[in-house]
Amino acid sequence: MSLHATHRDAGNVTVVDLSGRITLGDGSALLRKTIRGLLADQRKMILLNLADVDYIDSSGIGELVSGFTAVKNQSGDLKLLHLTKKVKDLLQITKLYTVFDVFTDEGAALRSFN
Amino acid sequence: MASYTKHLEMTLETQVESVNLAEEMCLRVAEAAGFGEDDCYRIGMSVREGVINAFHYGNQERPEKKIYLAVDLTADKMIIHVLDEGVGFKLADVPDPLAEENLLSTSGRGIFLMRAFMDEFDVVPGRTGGAEIVMSKKLPAPGSASPNGRGGQNATPQQEA
Repeated sequence: MSLHATHRDAGNVTVVDLSGRITLGDGSALLRKTIRGLLADQRKMILLNLADVDYIDSSGIGELVSGFTAVKNQSGDLKLLHLTKKVKDLLQITKLYTVFDVFTDEGAALRSFN
Repeated sequence: MASYTKHLEMTLETQVESVNLAEEMCLRVAEAAGFGEDDCYRIGMSVREGVINAFHYGNQERPEKKIYLAVDLTADKMIIHVLDEGVGFKLADVPDPLAEENLLSTSGRGIFLMRAFMDEFDVVPGRTGGAEIVMSKKLPAPGSASPNGRGGQNATPQQEA
């Protein structure tokens, strides 16, 4: 299943709803394009909703980290919402769970940007 | 139970599509061998990472080079070999992705994931001069629950060489 991405505005935060797999090739490329596009539009507060992302490989992890760094470098913030169990486990064993701000409630996630 | 080994191998092009192809093929073997959903996920991910490693680091994404994938199903484990046509590497030279200075690296987690998800993992010099990843997973115990609804060690892979 390829990756799909749509985004919506919630105040000064852009919520990106992702579904599918973030893997080497099209999935990682779409995530990169989406985040870089938002930054180009000066949308620097980004919440990635991963509720429907059930698979990420090392390339996808690298793209998440790359996006996180790119947003931080522009004085923005990139946070994660609704991790599936597999994605949460993956971020935990790679120690990235402590790098990202991770939320299970969208309202709380949006408030955290203020 | 009599010991047996089933062997399957395929030659893959150095292209992104080979990663999915290798994963799907090994998942079929793993499911037929009776591995449950979680172990299939770990095996599939490890095969992905092994082929990504061969595609990107070993063969440097050069299309004239090949990736060789082999699977052996023995009486007690599934063994996977991924061989590239690069120059090889030593595990000791691979940076630790969990080190503080590497946490925000955008690459370098594939070897770590294979080690974490498989029971045995090693990298040896391959016959091509490149690196050969060898990793294995113990088969589920006979009669253990199989979420796939298939048999255990007596199950037969759907494809055989």
